[in-house]
Amino acid sequence: MLAVTQLQCKRGDRLLFSGLDFAVAGGTLLHVRGANGSGKTTLLRSLCGLFTPDSGEIRWKGEPTRRLGEDYRRDLLYFGHLNGIKGDLTGIENLRIAATLDGDRVEDSAIWAALARIGLVGFEDLPTRMLSQGQKKRVALARLILSKAPLWILDEPFTALDVGAVDLLETLIAEHVAHAGIVVLTTHQEVGLTSGQVERLHLGG
Amino acid sequence: MLRVFWCVLLRDLTLALRRRTDVLTTLFFFIIVVSLFPLGVGTERQILQILGPGVVWVAALLASMLALERLFAADYEDGTLEQMVLTAQPLSLLVLAKITAHWLLTGLPLVLIAPLVGMQYHLSDDAILIMMLALLLGTPVLSLIGAIGAALTLGLRGGGILLSLLILPLYIPVLVYGAGAVTASGIDMADTRPYLALLGAFLVAALTFAPLASSAALKISIE
Repeated sequence: MLAVTQLQCKRGDRLLFSGLDFAVAGGTLLHVRGANGSGKTTLLRSLCGLFTPDSGEIRWKGEPTRRLGEDYRRDLLYFGHLNGIKGDLTGIENLRIAATLDGDRVEDSAIWAALARIGLVGFEDLPTRMLSQGQKKRVALARLILSKAPLWILDEPFTALDVGAVDLLETLIAEHVAHAGIVVLTTHQEVGLTSGQVERLHLGG
Repeated sequence: MLRVFWCVLLRDLTLALRRRTDVLTTLFFFIIVVSLFPLGVGTERQILQILGPGVVWVAALLASMLALERLFAADYEDGTLEQMVLTAQPLSLLVLAKITAHWLLTGLPLVLIAPLVGMQYHLSDDAILIMMLALLLGTPVLSLIGAIGAALTLGLRGGGILLSLLILPLYIPVLVYGAGAVTASGIDMADTRPYLALLGAFLVAALTFAPLASSAALKISIE
């Protein structure tokens, strides 16, 4: 479904990687590894279309992602270093806006349920700036529960999470992969997957 | 489409309501700048009537600049802008919603306060009416053009000053015709029509191109 051919990325004058080829089929977790500064985030941002690679092509379902544009972005969920939630809005409001922008009609009850599952019962109506780092991250991760996108691109999703949240996130990822979804993620810890395929990509060195 | 536009518009308005200081500073800045001139140049009726239109417009330009820097910066810092770029919606539509919110919060209050400000300059009722009309047509243009500059300077150090240098020259046509309309109303009300028509034309042109240009600039800035 997701195929990358001869991808090359530079940051300024520094070559991060070149000649990168890989293909990921549905029901696969792609674990991108590499030392700090090896270009993991740049690769993930290129996959989303937030960064323009120097050369190479990224195809989604056989079509170049550049040409697919909005059709590709509908299938995509990106979780970056920044949580992408507004501190002055409550968790409910943040998720409602995110769902509307994704073009989904999500019932409020589904949003409450998602926040409950992610472990934020009692914090739904607080402005998210009052929450701790880990809780903010949980609000952002609740999007994973609500999203219908088949392709998840997660950049360091496990940082700042406690043990319970890490378990939950692993479960969410496993469920997504079991439903023939694709997860591309970077993390320095091992991800336990019970079903589906795990592929590893090593960047740099 | 409309649902998404509303969603972003309401989001920005809600955010502004929870941080009222940003909105109020713009309005008070406008009022204070306009009020300083009568204090500085004296209360001579004729001088004030000549100065009035220009001063009000220059103050409106500066006030609209004030909040521009924050138009995309806040969303850029917390990553929500990134998420907006990645949604399956045309970015220019989301940008237009953000610009609309910016105008409702910074432009529209200036239009509404204009009669009060005009009185300080002994402007006639006709002149005040024309000033409100001209501001109603002109301030959205300021927000629209300003958005392009805000998108281009996003994430730059010292972007605020660069933004002013970039955008203020582009505001000149609005200033000339906006202030011109008010001055012309002192001679003959019929003379103001071409000025207002031109301001309307600026608005239509800016509405067409500014969202596209700002979204293209945003995509570059986000890299």
